Amino acid sequence: MTLVESIDTARNALEMRGITKIYTVADDVVVALDHVDLTVASDEIVALVGPSGSGKTTLCSIAGGLLSPTDGSVVVAGKEISDYSGRQLTEFRRDSVGFVFQTVNLIPFLTARENLLVVDEIGRRLGRVARDRADQLLEELGLADRAANLPAQLSGGQKQRVAIGRALMNDPSLVLFDEPTSALDSNLGDQVVHLIRNEMKARGTAAIIVTHDDRITHYADRTVHIEDGRIAK
Amino acid sequence: MTLALREMRRRPGRFAIATVILTLIAILLMFLGGLLDGLVASSTGAYRIQNGDLLVYSGNSRDALVRSRIEPAVRQQVESVPGVARVGGLGTAQLGGRVPGRGPRDLVPIVLFGYDLAPRGLPATPPPAGTVYADDSLRAKNVKVGTTMQLGPARSPVTILGFVSDSRYSGQGTVWGSLDTWRQVLNANRPDARVGPGVVQALVVQGDSRTSAGLAERIDRSTGGATASLTITQAIDALPGVSQQRTVFNQIIGVTVVIAIVVVALFFALLTVERTALYGVLKAIGASSRTLFVGVVLQAVVVALIASLIGIAAALVLDAVIPAGTIPFVATPARLASSAVVLVVAAVVGCAFSLRRVLRIDPAAAIGGTP
Ligand SMILES: Nc1ncnc2c1ncn2[C@@H]1O[C@H](COP(=O)(O)OP(=O)(O)OP(=O)(O)O)[C@@H](O)[C@H]1O
Ligand SMILES: [Mg+2]
Repeated sequence: MTLVESIDTARNALEMRGITKIYTVADDVVVALDHVDLTVASDEIVALVGPSGSGKTTLCSIAGGLLSPTDGSVVVAGKEISDYSGRQLTEFRRDSVGFVFQTVNLIPFLTARENLLVVDEIGRRLGRVARDRADQLLEELGLADRAANLPAQLSGGQKQRVAIGRALMNDPSLVLFDEPTSALDSNLGDQVVHLIRNEMKARGTAAIIVTHDDRITHYADRTVHIEDGRIAK
Repeated sequence: MTLALREMRRRPGRFAIATVILTLIAILLMFLGGLLDGLVASSTGAYRIQNGDLLVYSGNSRDALVRSRIEPAVRQQVESVPGVARVGGLGTAQLGGRVPGRGPRDLVPIVLFGYDLAPRGLPATPPPAGTVYADDSLRAKNVKVGTTMQLGPARSPVTILGFVSDSRYSGQGTVWGSLDTWRQVLNANRPDARVGPGVVQALVVQGDSRTSAGLAERIDRSTGGATASLTITQAIDALPGVSQQRTVFNQIIGVTVVIAIVVVALFFALLTVERTALYGVLKAIGASSRTLFVGVVLQAVVVALIASLIGIAAALVLDAVIPAGTIPFVATPARLASSAVVLVVAAVVGCAFSLRRVLRIDPAAAIGGTP
């Protein structure tokens, strides 16, 4: 590895090279990703667009250490994770990436603030620092006065904002959004995407936003199209 | 961990059924245990208050007091065995007692003990002929200090000088007097079982401080097999019914514990199934299976502790309200504590059945879109 390459590596939030993911269900073999190369710079927002079944969720899952690729290498913030063990992947997800899921996945019996603090509880246990961070994130996300509400007492947009806050709690190098606005009406979706962009840019955090929704793509720095598990050139 | 406890606080309803069932099991456990302790206590008190290490029966007695007779010569042999510090005689007679103030046919079953080596709680010198100390439980039968009761068909009178606690024998109240009183009452009431002067039924032996190991064998050897020596614990286990009671009750208690394990296992397995999505999300954001499972165990332990505390309270109430001399139930701290420990362990074992399920939850399933 040359010096220039190693600097590049350090600067990139994600480098995927030759990623192939094959699912085998019974006798069926599904090639979900077929030699995908994708690089995301350290403060870049990439929109990932493609038809249903094209491999978007699979790509996010591999980038975030939820799945291991069948073949290829994944480097996130300088760490090669493609041959991490299950335990190492858990630690990696805890410390280095953030997820926002398509369906709202908040913990129903915890308040908005506690939903953010769960990240600290299962992770580094910073206590005070984490509480300050949660309060600051809630403030930024416009949820300061909703901090003590349970998810059931929040609107769809507010819930998704809490989820964004949760994804940012561990100060990740890469945040993966899998169709973050699909459950929201277009107005709310727009607000949420706006917020995502602001938060990412303010922190200089890289993000991949999976979407069907064309309105999102103009908030992104770059749009990547995927079809049948291949990135369109 | 806080997550698990918070869930219990915010969603107490989720745990209500398990807590109620486990509480009933806890009450059952403590009631059964207390009943066993009460039954055993009421048959073994007379042996437990003995101030000795060994109980010496005659060799042909098959370890039963009623069949045992020790002649003065054998007693002398035992007294001269090296390592024997003190020897006392013991005699018993099971008789019906007439207590003033009770109906003429309302006999109180009484076991008269004669002693000359004072058991705990009795005066070192046995009371004068015709006087005895009575077990506490006889108070409920209208026996008081100064009462003269008549024992057996011969109506041998004995006068109560005072009381001694926890000294029952085979479920009956006891009275304690001198060996002479015993021989006199026995010979008057049981002509078939008359004993000569100096004869006793068993000996209570105190060993010197450090020579007690092997003392029983040495005694039996030096009497040439005329004696069978048992430790007090062995003698208690050999009492008629005691080990059977223990076995039966412990089997019932064992089954109850198994039921507790099954209840916890089923309940937390269901809860884990319900939480599959939640656990998937938590794993996706970096929670280890270990953290999640510790939460499950913690919840099971809390449920078991709450159940145990209510069980303990119920046992104490029961102990207080059951009139003396009716149901032989006692609530001892050791029994209550051990029942609580058993229940907590059962809860941990029970939720261990959910471990595999927790481990198997796939965090990748948490992220939307997969079929
Ligand atoms: N766990 C799995 N087992 C088997 N096949 C799978 C699994 N997950 C995904 N696939 C298959 O892999 C391909 C890519 O799926 P993926 O979920 O990545 O698509 P997607 O682009 O996210 O689709 P959508 O827009 O509908 O969410 C699909 O053909 C899908 O059926
Ligand atoms: Mg998808």
